[in-house]
Amino acid sequence: MTNRFPLWGYLLLGTLFGIILTKAEVVSWFRIQEMFHFQAFHMFGIIGSAIAVAAVTRRLLKGPPAPTLCGEPAPLADEETGRGYRFWIGGTIFGLGWALTGACPGPLFILLGGGVSVMIVAVLSALAGTWTYGYLRSRLPH
Amino acid sequence: MLPEALTHTWPWYIAGPLIGLFVPLLQLVGDKQLGISGNLRHLCSALLPRRNDFLRYDWRGAGAWNLLFALGTLAGGWIGVSLLGTREIAISPETQAALRGLGLQDLSGLAPREVISWSGLLSLRGFVSVVVGGFLVGFGTAYAGGCTSGHAINGLSGFQVRSLWAVLGFFAGGLLATHLLLPLLY
Repeated sequence: MTNRFPLWGYLLLGTLFGIILTKAEVVSWFRIQEMFHFQAFHMFGIIGSAIAVAAVTRRLLKGPPAPTLCGEPAPLADEETGRGYRFWIGGTIFGLGWALTGACPGPLFILLGGGVSVMIVAVLSALAGTWTYGYLRSRLPH
Repeated sequence: MLPEALTHTWPWYIAGPLIGLFVPLLQLVGDKQLGISGNLRHLCSALLPRRNDFLRYDWRGAGAWNLLFALGTLAGGWIGVSLLGTREIAISPETQAALRGLGLQDLSGLAPREVISWSGLLSLRGFVSVVVGGFLVGFGTAYAGGCTSGHAINGLSGFQVRSLWAVLGFFAGGLLATHLLLPLLY
């Protein structure tokens, strides 16, 4: 059944994902601020329970235990692990942007759909950022 | 009329598990890994000059499913806001006070209109938030090889140590920006 799932099915799954993140207010700049101020449980509850449910169901499925890096084409993932610097350095850089825009990549797209049209600028900036990383990659510590 | 439960803010114990289910679901239907930020790379590979190995790969083969997923999230955002109605977002009174302390008057909507808007772009804080912030999101997720969905939800649920480092970085950066940068900027 793995190869039978049609591509448009992902469109549908993405739509559900977008609805959930919108209705749970994960896409809200204000919720992200609240999280980084540790002033409500909401966001921590969402991320925590999402991880817990994913961990348990993934065990039940007994799928391949080690996922590749986020969204990266599988063949590239392992050779790019390096010494691990990339995870905390890159993570910190993303974190700065997360708090400034109030959106991680998912909400960036979702907000655009939800009518915060200025987010097209943030998406284009993010593309510039990703492109710049590719350009500088050989000179950055990994 | 839509049931109240649909139009109200979905509680964390409903939304969190639903989000978590996307990890096994994607694995089950197509052996795919949840992760949104890969799409930024796919879009770069598809649209921008492919000057380096990072962008030279078969983005259609690797990313068509994920780009469609992202396109779906746009539709989801529209449905969530337009059809299911957004209520006033009830963040904690402490956070409201902190944000008013930064000088924000309007705490309604999904993002502060005084900053995250077309007119806000003309101010320093708006420009830094949207343009610089967006750049850091794109640069950082590419560098770290993942974002909140890929590293936090997918990676941590698979007990990936590298994802733990990445997520600690996410919070270090977020706390730094929230408590040091924003007060300077706003």
